This record gives sequence, structure tokens and C-alpha cells, in this order.
Amino acid sequence: MAYIIRRIILLIVTMALVSLITFAVFQVMPGDPIRIMLGPDADEVQIETLTKKLGLDQPLHIQYFDWVGGLLTGDLGQSIRFSKPVSELVIDRLPVTISLTIMTLTLVVLVAIPLGIFVAKRKNKLSDVVFSSVTQLGMAIPSFWLGMLLILYLGMNFSFFSVSGYVPWSTSIVGALGALLLPAMTIAIPQIAVKFRYVRNAILEQLQLDYVRTVRSKGITEKFVMYKHVLRNSMIPILTIFGLITAEVVAGTIIVEQVFALPGIGQLLITSISYRDFPLVQGIVIYITFVVVFINFLVDILYSILDPRIRLS
Amino acid sequence: MKKNKRWFMFISLMLVCVLLISACSGEDGATPSTDAPGEDVKEVRDEIKVRINSDPDFLDPHLATASISFQMILNMFEGLLSPNTDGSLKPAIAESFELSDDGLTYTFNIRDNVTFHNGEPVTVEDIQYTFERLMGTNSGEPLSSNFDKVASMEAPDADTFVITLTEPNTNFLYSLTALEAAIVPASNDDQHNDNPIGTGPFKFVSYSPGVDLVLEKNEDYWNAELPHLNKVTFAFQSDDQSALMALQAGEYDLTSVPAHRIPEVENDFKLEYQQNNSSLIITFNEENKPFDDVKVRQAVNFALSKSDIIDSVYSGYATELGSNMSPAMGKFYLEGLQDTYVNDIEKAKELLAEAGYPDGFKTKLTVSSHNVMYTNVAQVAAENLKQIGIDVEIDVVEWGIWLDRVYRGRDYEMTAIDLTGRPSAYDILNDYISTNDAENFFRFNNAEFDQVMADVLLEPDVEKQVALYQRAQEILAEEAAAVYIADYQVVWAMDSALEGFNMYPFFFLDMSELRFTE
Repeated sequence: MAYIIRRIILLIVTMALVSLITFAVFQVMPGDPIRIMLGPDADEVQIETLTKKLGLDQPLHIQYFDWVGGLLTGDLGQSIRFSKPVSELVIDRLPVTISLTIMTLTLVVLVAIPLGIFVAKRKNKLSDVVFSSVTQLGMAIPSFWLGMLLILYLGMNFSFFSVSGYVPWSTSIVGALGALLLPAMTIAIPQIAVKFRYVRNAILEQLQLDYVRTVRSKGITEKFVMYKHVLRNSMIPILTIFGLITAEVVAGTIIVEQVFALPGIGQLLITSISYRDFPLVQGIVIYITFVVVFINFLVDILYSILDPRIRLS
Repeated sequence: MKKNKRWFMFISLMLVCVLLISACSGEDGATPSTDAPGEDVKEVRDEIKVRINSDPDFLDPHLATASISFQMILNMFEGLLSPNTDGSLKPAIAESFELSDDGLTYTFNIRDNVTFHNGEPVTVEDIQYTFERLMGTNSGEPLSSNFDKVASMEAPDADTFVITLTEPNTNFLYSLTALEAAIVPASNDDQHNDNPIGTGPFKFVSYSPGVDLVLEKNEDYWNAELPHLNKVTFAFQSDDQSALMALQAGEYDLTSVPAHRIPEVENDFKLEYQQNNSSLIITFNEENKPFDDVKVRQAVNFALSKSDIIDSVYSGYATELGSNMSPAMGKFYLEGLQDTYVNDIEKAKELLAEAGYPDGFKTKLTVSSHNVMYTNVAQVAAENLKQIGIDVEIDVVEWGIWLDRVYRGRDYEMTAIDLTGRPSAYDILNDYISTNDAENFFRFNNAEFDQVMADVLLEPDVEKQVALYQRAQEILAEEAAAVYIADYQVVWAMDSALEGFNMYPFFFLDMSELRFTE
């Protein structure tokens, strides 16, 4: 219980810090949200009216405190760019980003772990060398370019894949898969390239330990050694890495949503920043902070499940 | 402790489930697009998906300003008058109008049988409400300065609306289209942005930020023959590359394509080339040295090669300009000014020496990053100007910063920008340039120009108006108010079965006459 309370306090402190930093950045960032939205043709009279109406004539720190006040009552405020409540905009886009994140993580787990085991078993053999070199390539490819390649070679040739836009799950499951699979692969491939090496190394490290020799000497099959003992013991460092990549995947969705025109949180974040939409940026940043802290919390819990010696204290 | 562990596992599993369910519950109410099956011999498509670069700024036609917004929402709204494809005005909600001899009083006959999308008939009260809302008469929150010179408005009977001005203004009628004064119902007050209601051929269905704007046919449109399409979806996609691929994959029926991508689409799609009526310019801060000297501005004009820019930036799909006015404006356009400064390096060097800069100078060209066009133009210009010793540093800034620093703050030396086209010749020439315009970011200052622009508002004779507008263009060219480079063409690629695509001298994707032939 004490652990959970500490976690919650940590979450609140982190969110407060992040929102203060966002606030500080907005203080020094030039640009007027209404002018950016309306462009050079805007009527000065209209700009004045709107500025007053939206409370943008107030100093930013007053706007910030108003926003914090609203937050305490559960109101994330109104987006300037879209004239809609921030919470509504974020919730509308959650399904896209969450689906994309889950799909990416699934891909990474499903490919990186078996691949890591496979390569670990063949240490220093040809396949190990080949895969390790391919890794370098996978790490070096920028995700926006990889996205383009996937669109070009898979998206254009198979009508199953949609190259732009999003189909809600409720409309068509196949459509949603088609819309999300390419972007998920775009984020997952570089992650897999890096992560399967962690898996490989973690397993190799375990294989050298005394208990493996002991287990083997009992005459247990190699398969059993690998999956029952080694894999479970190597999960702790692997889990740490996967906790970290969740943050990277969330960051990855920001770029990939642009490339595939997916109406997710990342796309919303970029729009809100370029339009200086202070309430919207704050809302999204708070949301992302929450997700990252929450995932770390989940990872901690999984530690104690995988290794009962670790206590949540 | 063991129990505790199970408990944690249970909670985390539950959370994963919640996430999955929320992931699956996306948008509801998505309508299946299948029509009632085959009673007709041949089924013709009646739904279209059009790609638009970005979201509208507002759906409320009185708040919307960005040209991209009107590109879509003009399908929902009408003013007393409507713009024609040639930029002239045609009757819309007003069936006809009369102007008094003193040029002050406009009397509009309101068309019968015009109804709003909510079924209510358009009344003179709604028209009165519309103008009062724009002027901020009751709210104290004006939304437009177009009607500052309105002396009075009245409705003598249910079919007549009279507007009286304090002084004649030959440009006034242009403030009565849906671009400036869309007629909206008084009963929809405070809802104009969330649930826009107009009188146009299409009515509002839904708007999902970042995704799309959906319109459907207005069955009760006063022109019973229009529109042909049942449903129009404007899908937002800022990336040209993705848009092109989506077009090829059949997801979009209509999109603009960059000129250099034409070869990829010309075989499979129908292409239309729209004269944009905008003017791409490179301009100067003309109150500061060295650009306060007309000779320096002329030197820059001689040094820049319009054809270089047109070839490299627009792959040739653009028309050279000599002033702010494009040939798209028909009779108002003065032919020949595009040759005032034909690329001539020697001449440019001479002028620069006369102005006291024989060795050139260093300057900064600030452009916005929101459209790659500006960076490309800047690079060609910098190369051109190097030949006469002007050393140009290119400064690429974000759109918000450009507006703040260059446009508002006027803290710049040179900049490149595309000035959007409007239907009114007066607006094209006056905005940004005349000293009586607050948006004069060039800080161009010429007494004769200002006089011409003041005179034209009072001149009732159209031929004389044209002469004045042409004189204004000459002044801009002679004084080298900017480097007027080109009016580029927007290339529209569309499904080859589409017909009835109308093009206007401003941003408007008119869906009313568009239809599929198969």
C-alpha cells in the first residue's frame, strides 16, 4: 500500500514538473495562436474579439493558473485551434494511439524474443553474425523513411494495407488492422533490431551461470533448460528494456502518425505545438507523462511476479 | 504476500483489458456506405472523398479566415451574392439588387423559397442578424471591419433589405458573398461553430478534428437541379506523398498534386489546372536601408530570374507576373508588366552602383517553413542575387514566428510569400500594400498609389475603375514594390469519371455541380 501511495505521489510530482516545463517553454516561444490559425488575411477587429473571448489577452501565468484550477476540477480546458474541449480531442484520438502502441509492442515481443533465443543458441555461428549485422541496418534506418518504403512496397501492392488514414475497429476489424499494421511495423522494426540483441545477451549471460550447468548435469533436456530456467531468469533485464521501449514507442508514434496520417495523439501534439495551442499541448503532455509513469509502474509489478524475491517496497 | 501478488496480477490484467476495449470502441455511428442494391440499371457513385491539406480554422463562416476553410465551407453557405467562376458576382440569397444614384443605398430583393438547413425559411430578420453579428452591434464583439461604413440597415418589407453606406464604395458588393458575410439563422446563435447552418447546396454532418469534415446533400436547395452528389467527405492529409498514394490506391477521388509529380498521375487520372490568382512575391522591408531605395529594389528585380524560379519550384506550371494582379482577373489585369524587369545582370549591377552599393551588400531572406515552396524560392533567389554581389542568408522560421516577426513585427529585410487570391481586384491591390491598410508589411509608401486606391472606391464607371486598377499595377511595377514572380497553377488530379469541376479565382472547391459519370 505504501508503495502505491509513493507511486501516486511520484506521478503527481512528475506531471506537475512536466507541465511547468511546458509552461516555461511557452513563455519564451514566439507566436500568437489566433494569428497562426487565421493567417495573414485575418481582420484585426476579429483577432481582438477572439483574443478577448478566449482569455488570451491575460498574461500566460494567469492562463496557466486558470488551467491548473480547471484541472483540479477535472476540466482540461478548451482547445484554441479546434474550439473543442481538450479531453474530447484526446479521448477521440486515444483508440488510434493505444492500438498502435499495443500492436507495436506485440510485434516487438513476438519477434525480438524468439529471435534473441534463436541467435543465442547459435552463438558465433553464421546466423548469429548475419543477424547481428542486419541489426546495424535496422538501427540506422530512420522511421519516416522506413514508413515510405513500406508504403511503396507493401501498401501499394496489397489492398489489405491502407496507406493513409484510420478505420475504427468498430467499423471493420480488417480495415483497422490494415491501417495500423504498416505503421506498427515502421516503429517495431528498428526496435526489434535493437531489442533482440538484449535478449540474446541476457540469455547468453544466464547460460554461463552455475545453475545451468547443474540443471544440465541432472540430464534435463536442453529445451527445458532454455524455456523453464534460462528464459525466466533472463526476463528481468529484458523486462527493464521493454519498459523503456514503451516510452520510445510512444515517441515513435508521433512521427509515424504524421507519415500515415493517423489521427492519433502524436499528430495532435504536433498540430497543437505549431498552433501554440497552450491548453491542448498541456493536456497531451500530461497524458503522455501519465502513460509513461504508469507503464513503469506496471513493469515494477511484473518484476515481483517474475522474481518473487523482489518486493514492492 | 502471495495473495497480494495475485491481486496485482488481476488488476494489471484488468487494466490491459480496459485499454483493449477502449481501443476497440473507436468512433460509433459509422454508416455503412452500401446503397440499396440494384433497382437502377446502372449504379452511379454519388459520394466523393476529397483530400484537403489541413483542418478548417473555424466552421463558423464569420470566424473562418484561412482560405483553406472557405475551400470547404463555401459549399454550406451563401451570402446575398455569390462569386462566379470568373470572379464576378451573381445573385444568391438576393435575387437582384439596385444601387441608388448617389452610390450609397443598396436595395436587395430577397429570393423566395430559400430555407436554412434546419428547415426554417430565410427571413430579413436573419439577414439583419447576420450583419449585426459581424458588426458586433449588440454584442460589442465585432468580427469584421468590412461594415464600418454602413450607416443604416432596414427591412421595409419581408422581401426587401436595404443597406445604406456613409460614403460610396465600389468594392462594397464584394463584402456580401459568403466569404465575408454568409447569411446564418438567428435561431442558431452561439452554435455557428459547433453546428453550422447555412443555405448552401450541402449541409453539415460531422467534423472530426484531424480526420474529416462530412457534408451531405441539401435536399431543399433553392436551385432544385443542384447538387448532384449525396455526400462529400473532406479528408485532412497534410502530406503530399501520402495523398498521392492514397489517390492511387483509390481512397481519394480528388486531390491537388505537386507539379513535379504530374507524370505519376497523368495517365490514370483526369487533371485540371487551376490558375490560382495568387501572387508569389519576394518583398522587402521598404522603410529600412538598403531597400528604401527604389534602385536597389529594381536591381533585385533585374537580377532575379522568374523563369528559373518557375522551372525549379513549379516545374513550369506558373504564369509570370509584373504586379500583384494575375491574368486570372480578366479585364482588370494589365498585360505586359511582367516584362518590366527582364533578367539583366549588367543592368542590375549598374543600378546597385548608382544606389551606392557597387560591391553589393549582405542581407537576410526570412521564409516560413510551413510550405516547402518558400525555401525552394529562397534558394533560387539567393543564387541569382549572388551574381550582383548581394550575399543572401536564408533564415527558415516556423509559420507562427514568420507571422509574429515578419508580418506583424516587420522585423525583417527580405521575405518570400504567396499572397492569396481574392475575387475582388480592389482587395488584391489594396491589401498589404496601401498605406491605409494595416496589413502593409512591405511598408510600401507611395502617395499616388494611395490616391488611386481611394479614387477607385468612388468611381461608379466600371471602365474608369479598370483604368485606375491598371494604373495601380503600373505603379507597383515601376516602384518595384516587390519582386512579383508568378501565379502558380494548382494541379487537381481526380477520378476520371468526375465531371463538372468548377474553378474559381480564389480557393473554393465547388462540389455543387460535380458528379460521377459512371
